[in-house]
Amino acid sequence: MKLDLKKLKLREVNEKLQILDRKQNDRDFTIVNPEGNHALCAGLTEEMNINIKGHVGYYCAGMNQKAQITIDGNVGTGVAENMMSGRVHVKGNASQSAGATAHGGLLIIDGDASSRCGISMKGIDIIVKGSVGHMSGFMSQSGNMVVCGDAGEALGDSLYETNIYIRGKVKSLGADCVEKKMDKNHIKKLNLLLKEANIKNYKAESFKRYGSARKLYNFKIDNVSSY
Amino acid sequence: MCGIVGIYLKTKKFEKSLGKMLSGMLNNMESRGPDSAGFAIYKNEEKKIFKYSLCIGNLDFKNFKKKISKLIKKPKLNQYSDHVILKTPIEPKTVIKIINNSFPEISLVGYGNSIEIFKQVGNPKDVVKKFKLDSFSGTHGIGHTRMATESAITTDGSHPYSTGKDECLVHNGSLSNHNNLRRELVKKGNIFNSENDTEVAAGYVSNSLLNKKSLKDTLVSGLKDLDGFYTFITGTKKGFAVVRDEIACKPAVIAETKNYVAIASEFQAMAHLPDVNSAKIFEPEPGIVYSWGN
Repeated sequence: MKLDLKKLKLREVNEKLQILDRKQNDRDFTIVNPEGNHALCAGLTEEMNINIKGHVGYYCAGMNQKAQITIDGNVGTGVAENMMSGRVHVKGNASQSAGATAHGGLLIIDGDASSRCGISMKGIDIIVKGSVGHMSGFMSQSGNMVVCGDAGEALGDSLYETNIYIRGKVKSLGADCVEKKMDKNHIKKLNLLLKEANIKNYKAESFKRYGSARKLYNFKIDNVSSY
Repeated sequence: MCGIVGIYLKTKKFEKSLGKMLSGMLNNMESRGPDSAGFAIYKNEEKKIFKYSLCIGNLDFKNFKKKISKLIKKPKLNQYSDHVILKTPIEPKTVIKIINNSFPEISLVGYGNSIEIFKQVGNPKDVVKKFKLDSFSGTHGIGHTRMATESAITTDGSHPYSTGKDECLVHNGSLSNHNNLRRELVKKGNIFNSENDTEVAAGYVSNSLLNKKSLKDTLVSGLKDLDGFYTFITGTKKGFAVVRDEIACKPAVIAETKNYVAIASEFQAMAHLPDVNSAKIFEPEPGIVYSWGN
């Protein structure tokens, strides 16, 4: 089904996707003329394929569950924020806070993602084919972030147990973020993720892994008198 | 919150529709700033003619015309809502003195050989209509929709701020050291007409340009001297520049085609622009000054 945002209101488009017509059971949608609208495809809960033709605004595919959404353009702040499951593929660039607080699913960004990519992520896998901006992975808790390009300042600041894989240069590491060894399991997982994003020209071994030094968030009995 | 927009034409193709392009951008930024709106349009320089953008408020235009004609010889006057563009070859020093002494109720919004500035309290859609922005032509323009945070909803508190000849500045964000900086700039001779933080940033730029610093160098040192959150667009006779603070919480997106460069807080502000879907679209990086035409 083709949904034209020049003819339909944003709320009408989202409602059609959030409450599927069971009789028709059409689960393939193309959205045209998104024109930078915010919260497009937010709060979807069922399996469906959506192709958005053009640039979208903030919080696209936010809270997504199960839906497969492709954006043939750029996205604004907070794409796939708080995603639970499903797959979001951005063919252009993403603005700040891509995949913020997301619990699951897969977010693929073909271009660059700007600052705070994967902020407070809680289990999502994020794959960025370009570079990420400053403070990416800030306070991230679990999941994997893969960056084929470079990372900006303060990568992984105050992070918990997220694995961050960077192929290019890291401008600087944030508090408690350190480079870590890649063991067999990491290589295996990274190869799987690269395959999912259809990245054939880079080997898992060409990436470096970053994670938590676990000095910031672990409670130490030696420090009990400070509390 | 606030919305900021700007458009700089690289070729002459869209000069006649500059106003229309800018008004569409302002209309689409209503959601970011419903309290007041304003814009600056740069037209080809009229040499030896100065243009003064005046907000006459409730003053009767006919009375103003009568009175000003006695003080300034043959002024050319164009009225747009409560604003008047006064054209005369008389130098700013003299004209500003006349305005301040004889019309204390009028505020000088800006002046120069090229710039025309309009700003008013109200919904951007209404403001744009009242000033007939659609009918304007020009080489570049800057606009602002305001969601007031740190000072009152007044015309004086609206953007753009112009504190020097053919200069203007719009701002999305808030400054935290503006009171201190204002005091320092006042000592250096700057004059401020409001309590607004953005006017201080505009004054900072004017002061630096007056001391023969380039716009780019000015904004680079501004990264050190201006504390707070900001995306600025600063306009000059030749073009405009964009800078975001190093934290870059305040959004900005740029679209560049062979005919124009557009900047806005959000992409939806420029979704209506010609060829935008094939434009090069990117976010200005934090702490980097981008400029066109300067």
